[in-house]
Amino acid sequence: MHLILFVVFAGFCLAGAINLLLQSHPINSALSLIVVMTSLAVLYLLLGAEFLAAAQVIVYAGAIMVLFTFVVMLLNAGREERTLGSRSWRVVGFPAVVAILATISTVILKAQGLGGARLGDGLLAKNGASNIETLSTVLFTELLLPFEVTSVLILIAILGAVALARHGDGEPASGSAERAAGK
Amino acid sequence: MNSLLTNEVPLSWYLLLSAILFSLGVLGFLVKRNLITVFMSIELMLNAVNLSFVTFAHQWHAVKGQIFVFFVMMVAAAEAAVGLAIIIAVFRTRATLAVDRIDLMKL
Repeated sequence: MHLILFVVFAGFCLAGAINLLLQSHPINSALSLIVVMTSLAVLYLLLGAEFLAAAQVIVYAGAIMVLFTFVVMLLNAGREERTLGSRSWRVVGFPAVVAILATISTVILKAQGLGGARLGDGLLAKNGASNIETLSTVLFTELLLPFEVTSVLILIAILGAVALARHGDGEPASGSAERAAGK
Repeated sequence: MNSLLTNEVPLSWYLLLSAILFSLGVLGFLVKRNLITVFMSIELMLNAVNLSFVTFAHQWHAVKGQIFVFFVMMVAAAEAAVGLAIIIAVFRTRATLAVDRIDLMKL
């Protein structure tokens, strides 16, 4: 059962990732990235990380990808165009990526002592505590300071995003000013 | 073959999937010419690394690996918010999303 689920959702992952590269319209790429992220959530579940599976769906497939699709639609992004740059990067990119993949897979396949994963692994730890219980215990005792620092980081990111995305200080947008002048 | 009979998936398969996803992310980063799609490829790479973190956390029964993934997710959320705001600002000034046309800092 674990094998079937792994093969199906790993296939979804790869299909989504390849589709992301093949599509020329950003909205199709965004939708295939959502497929990749949701399938990864299932794989996290198979590896016994229930909290991360939920967080993956909520944070990645939910929040971040909604932001992406929102920006794609806001900017009305059209099909990408083929340029000289895209051809030259294709020539450089494919060998580089094959080299990276070959290096990483050699290291992985040479690794000794990697175990296997079964269905239901890690759902309950040996002392009966659930995954989210052990995770939150460590997060809120040992790693409390990094956790709080992350919340400050997110606050700064929100402020930075608002400051970057809005128009300049109280002036009307240039487009609307031109339109008003045109009248 | 033994692992197939016991219905156990070797963790190296998960790591290989992670490596392939990471490579596809790098390929997308290099080949795609749309600023938003390039940004999406970065998210794909982050996700691939997260998968290998979870796999190693499973291998060594270490919950800290999963917590690291949690932090990566939070930083990715912050990065996406700021990055998309920068994309909007760039689009507003240059009215294009093609990475070749955004060359103000090129020598």
